Amino acid sequence: MIKKERSSIDDVVIRLAGDSGDGIQLIGSEFTIATALAQNDIGTFPDFPAEIRAPAGTLAGVSGFQIHFGSHDIYTPGDYSDVLIVMNAAALKKNLSNLKKNGIIIANEDGFDAKNLRLANIADHENPLKNQSLDGYKLYIIPITKLVKEALKNSGLGTKEIDRSKNMFVLGLICWMYDRSLNSSIEELKRKFANKPEILSANLNVLQAGFNYGETAEIIEEKYTVAPAPMEAGTYRGITGNTATALGLVAASVKSKLQLFYGTYPITPASDILHELSKHKNFGVITYQAEDEIAAISSAIGASYGGLMGVTASSGPGIDLKSEALGLAIMLELPLVIINVQRAGPSTGMPTKTEQADLLLSFFGRHGEAPMPILAANSPADCFDTIYEAARIALEYMTPVYFLSDAYIANGSEPWKFPNSNNLKGFNLNIATEKDITENKFYPYLRNENLVRKWALPGTPGLENRIGGIEKEDITGNISYDPNNHEKMVHIRANKVEKIASSIPLQQLDSGPAQGKILILGWGSTYGIIKTACLELAKENIIVSHAHLKYLNPFPSNFGEILEGFETVLIPEMNMGQLSLLIKNKYLKPVVGLNKIKGLPFSTHEIVDKVKSLLSV
Amino acid sequence: MSIQELENISSFTSKELVTDQEVRWCPGCGDYSILKQVQTVVPQLGLKRENIVFVSGIGCSSRFPYYMETYGMHSIHGRATAIASGLKIARPDLSVWVVTGDGDALSIGGNHFIHLLRRNLDLNLLLFNNQIYGLTKGQYSPTSVEGQITKSSPMGVLDHPFNPLALALGADASFVARSMDRDPKHLQTSLHRAAAFKGTSFLEIYQNCNVFNDGAFFIYSDKETKMEEAIFVEHGQALVFGENKNKGIRFANGQPEIVNLDEGKFSVDDLWIHDETDRYKASVLSRFYDDPAHAGHLPRVFGVIYAKERASYEQAVHEQLAASKTLFGDGDLDKLLRGKQAWEIK
Repeated sequence: MIKKERSSIDDVVIRLAGDSGDGIQLIGSEFTIATALAQNDIGTFPDFPAEIRAPAGTLAGVSGFQIHFGSHDIYTPGDYSDVLIVMNAAALKKNLSNLKKNGIIIANEDGFDAKNLRLANIADHENPLKNQSLDGYKLYIIPITKLVKEALKNSGLGTKEIDRSKNMFVLGLICWMYDRSLNSSIEELKRKFANKPEILSANLNVLQAGFNYGETAEIIEEKYTVAPAPMEAGTYRGITGNTATALGLVAASVKSKLQLFYGTYPITPASDILHELSKHKNFGVITYQAEDEIAAISSAIGASYGGLMGVTASSGPGIDLKSEALGLAIMLELPLVIINVQRAGPSTGMPTKTEQADLLLSFFGRHGEAPMPILAANSPADCFDTIYEAARIALEYMTPVYFLSDAYIANGSEPWKFPNSNNLKGFNLNIATEKDITENKFYPYLRNENLVRKWALPGTPGLENRIGGIEKEDITGNISYDPNNHEKMVHIRANKVEKIASSIPLQQLDSGPAQGKILILGWGSTYGIIKTACLELAKENIIVSHAHLKYLNPFPSNFGEILEGFETVLIPEMNMGQLSLLIKNKYLKPVVGLNKIKGLPFSTHEIVDKVKSLLSV
Repeated sequence: MSIQELENISSFTSKELVTDQEVRWCPGCGDYSILKQVQTVVPQLGLKRENIVFVSGIGCSSRFPYYMETYGMHSIHGRATAIASGLKIARPDLSVWVVTGDGDALSIGGNHFIHLLRRNLDLNLLLFNNQIYGLTKGQYSPTSVEGQITKSSPMGVLDHPFNPLALALGADASFVARSMDRDPKHLQTSLHRAAAFKGTSFLEIYQNCNVFNDGAFFIYSDKETKMEEAIFVEHGQALVFGENKNKGIRFANGQPEIVNLDEGKFSVDDLWIHDETDRYKASVLSRFYDDPAHAGHLPRVFGVIYAKERASYEQAVHEQLAASKTLFGDGDLDKLLRGKQAWEIK
């Protein structure tokens, strides 16, 4: 056989799937790093079950990881995959519908034995590897488990450990397919198994075996190069939304010179922020794993009262529990950042699946008139900038601030051109000093022109004062049940939030003309998908405009004018129309909703198709 | 240091702890006495006024911070313990006092209460126990006694009550004490002990609600009954009570037993000597919780039942921060942002 040359491709979407014990996420993250080092642009999407180890081989236990990379800008993990790599029958059954026609399947033959077929509810005589049902695809059947056993027969390891290293075979094989270096994976394995030389040696052996299999077995015809993407010059790293959120908080702490206090309670999909922050104690970061969600936010309020940067985080169910304490933070007018990594609800919902259905909760989920600023990140790396901005608003305006992320960007990753710390903006704090004492009195609710009160830190002589959740008299902060005072205070608190609009950037269009037939208006994690949809449409000479909101409360001051430029405002949201409701109410603007509530992000084509149907093309 | 010397350090007087706010408890409420004793004791602790913070939840007792000319926060129901925990971790330099009630700490805030005690932050936890919900006008609380007639239990309370001291010891509290509003001297001594203790000092204060549960604890303070019903323990002292101190408590076969010292069979030498550091015996003392109507019941214990210092949580937190700096050096933000695997695009 004549050796085929590598062919060059612009982009590819690979989906890896197997049992949740198969180490699929590790293949994904290592391949992502190798691909980043090859200078492609990347979008990834891990898709795993909530159960840590659902029964092996079952549909419920299937864990997936999708990576989209290419030689041009990539904004999404891709709608459909070009390549599907499956470790067992259940993984194939669950993911086949996501594979493009004529796509490539690489299947671990040993995952399609009688037992695995039974676990996947496939009759023995219907083994898809044998019954021609996959004829429309390019199918490669590789006895991965057997090959790994063979490679490790002299390793002295037990069957279980040998079986566990089969993910490295797949990693080696796809690195060969796409011309990626194994070096970064080798380095990571050396770090990970520094104290387990036998395991290290076995993993390295299998990684190389997978690579060599592609190189020498000459069974797989698919071998490619993907040229580097023309990215802006600079230094990059790969980052997930949750890591970016954690780093943004550390950065805000360093730049504001305020110690970070992170009070939280474990919950999917927010816990990774806690894991990351707990590694950075040498920045003075205090992570406090409280006894419950209420204690988590309460402790953060206590820390803020003491002059630290108080932050709390959760997801849907935990956010519900924090509502009362948020109201307290609004009354106390203390800085606080509350992170909601949204997931599919209500109640427990689907903990590992994404949704944007907490927008109205953020706006209105507290009793009484209790407005607070709300920001939403639009991509994994954007979590850094957005949480940093949330911290700025909290500290400069003495208010709790909502930061919204969701499972899609929290776990997804992309290359990030990280900033130099010198280029990060500083913070204007409002800390009270002895100078704020007038005639022997300190007035805790005296305000500046932005209606912001001062932060009186315990330990400052002469500023002793009492604050609390009971309605307070303007200026003095004393308890007051006066009807006029209450109405006045409600207005002051609302106006304070409205005034933040003067300190945030004007809304820009992400793409497209300022006037036209259609504006696609998005918020949060739909950014990359809408952007990709606009590019797809442009290829067909369909020009639409795209605006993406980061500031949801208050809206940017020019936002109404932007809306006026368009005949139709299309709002794709992973909810039943929550931003739509707000826009219709505030701007009296008719909007068209595109709503998806499947626990999954939009596909590009869903947006493209909607635009086409609106334009009747 | 003598109280006089400490007062000099404090450089503020009891009067200077009074705020300009009108005290709004019902006339005759036990809270007045507690406020008075706290305002008497605090200037004697050698603290700077600006370093003192009173944090409360919701309930009659929780109005307390408004009447103390220190820093203060009147927070939300049940959460004072959680807020104070965050504050103390953030600011170990502050003297943090939590004022709470039986509903606030043991019902809606029960979870934070036990977790605070197990973590053992160095703060003072004053639980005003009046066995009733006062602010909401007279419903039973988790310490109301079975059968108690209240507005929400016209036929009598069905719930079995909490025993706060036993609950605290069960949560591994390091300092557990009981006092009462109607014994100012004892209350002051107890407050001194609580303040001096490093760790969570849990002081239960029996407090009379003269409107909704009047006289709930009078048998422990009234002249006629006090000697028989209350026993005041002190470290190293024998457990003696009764009119003319003629009764004692012996610890025999793992059980407390009331003995008469007049009969010649037992003398003071046979009695249980109180040891504040004995967790097991403290648990037994906390169980002196019988219904006073029962014949042969044990007297209710007042004083410091258990006090043994162990590492405080916030101290451990800050030691870990320091250890991290020693191990990894001061945090370098640019290094952190760069991560382990960065690449350059030219």
